[in-house]
Amino acid sequence: MIRFEHVSKIYNSHSVALKSVSFEVKPQEFVSVVGRSGAGKSTLLKLLIAEEKPTGGRIFFNKQNILKMPAKELPFLRRQIGAVFQDFKLLPNKTAYENVAFAMEVAGKSEAEIQNDVGRVLDLVGLKNKKDNFPRELSGGEKQRVAIARAMVHRPSVIVADEPTGNLDPINTWDIIRLLIKINELGTTVILATHDKEIINALERRVVSLENGVVSRDENPGRYILS
Amino acid sequence: MLNFWRNGWLSTATVLIMTVTLVVWTSIFLLNVVLTSVLDVLVEKVDISVYFNLGAKEMDILALKSKLEGMGEVNSVEYISAEQALPIFKKRHADNDIFIKSLQEIGINPLEASLNILAKNLSQYPAITAFLNQDQYKGIITNITYTENKDAIDRLSNIIKVLRESGVAASLILAFIAFLVAFNTVRLAIYSAREEITVMKLVGASNWFVRGPFIVEGVLHGVVASIISFMIVIPGIGFLGPKLFDFLPNINLVSYIGDNFWPLLLFQTLGGIILGVFSSWVAVRKYLKV
Repeated sequence: MIRFEHVSKIYNSHSVALKSVSFEVKPQEFVSVVGRSGAGKSTLLKLLIAEEKPTGGRIFFNKQNILKMPAKELPFLRRQIGAVFQDFKLLPNKTAYENVAFAMEVAGKSEAEIQNDVGRVLDLVGLKNKKDNFPRELSGGEKQRVAIARAMVHRPSVIVADEPTGNLDPINTWDIIRLLIKINELGTTVILATHDKEIINALERRVVSLENGVVSRDENPGRYILS
Repeated sequence: MLNFWRNGWLSTATVLIMTVTLVVWTSIFLLNVVLTSVLDVLVEKVDISVYFNLGAKEMDILALKSKLEGMGEVNSVEYISAEQALPIFKKRHADNDIFIKSLQEIGINPLEASLNILAKNLSQYPAITAFLNQDQYKGIITNITYTENKDAIDRLSNIIKVLRESGVAASLILAFIAFLVAFNTVRLAIYSAREEITVMKLVGASNWFVRGPFIVEGVLHGVVASIISFMIVIPGIGFLGPKLFDFLPNINLVSYIGDNFWPLLLFQTLGGIILGVFSSWVAVRKYLKV
């Protein structure tokens, strides 16, 4: 479903984020990408949603090389891959409902469809009663749940989450992780980048370890082991 | 559209800066209109006179007049006969006893017939003078005033040329500076929305979906700015126009505005819209590259 082939990302001679990284993700898998800060986790996910371009290698999504994709088609790619970020990236001037609805407006969905789907997905993340609150009125965990709802609303086949719990306390962290597990059990592929040892060890799912821009381990089920 | 109101202060600031820009543009344009008409008035004041000796036949003078009128360089030629010249002379020197008394003593009309020639352009006087200096006219012409006024005419011609050119250059520079100020204001406004643009792109918005509202906002800013600027310019002219008219009777800005109301309004509105849309377009483009 997703395949990285010898992908490299070199910012400059002093800063090499990824060196010839190759691995494959199958449909409905739950894959954790682990590594210390600066190991290249975020870069890997940014390459997948074409936020950045690799220096070398090929990245396939559903057998399509995303590096060969014309800029016009990127919006369609991004609607098939839901992205969740450490800093939530919610629009501060829009309510929870509007933030999620916005992702559908972008795709030109009808008003009726938007009302129906946004309500459903806010229900899924357990925020139906906070739909009219602005991000500043929500806790960190709630903000992240809005962001997950936004990522889910297109019914994407993949969710990529880049340190989604990085700014959250332990209780909220587990809420978010349980939500991601639930989404995965409903049939969506999940790629989770984190450096949280406890989460990884409790998940007992596949783990891809990155060290200095190189895949050092790829085990299923894996544990958090960094040399 | 919603953004226009939600970012109240930013919109207000942008509109005000664009208004200032439009007022500057319009003022520069009107100043050029004034400068041009002042210079035209000056040019009209310059003419040359050709005097004929007393023996010259009126028929020959009129033949020369029609020849001059046939020349491309000549704007108009006025014939003043000796009989017409006398009352003009008396009137001009009415308060000078010596002149009037000497005229009475002579008893006859000593004045010469003349042609007043107005060229289309100051630089064409030498050509006209050269034409009049031909041998065939030497017998009847006593004097051509160009030779006396040559220095003054040349100097004026130079001054006018420099004023016209520097006026255009200064206008262009000022207009460009005003444009830069407005452009950078819009850029700052859009800079404040850069994260929003990034988020839009990351959730799958196409470039047009992101750009659209900013372009609409640019049009709105432009239209509102042009309306405000017109509300400043029109009363401004109403106030300054009559004062200028007292000072330079050839320039009536109030009637100029009256005659050119719609073109001016169009000029301002189009200027505002182009300014707004162009600035938004360029400013947003930078953040669309996600």
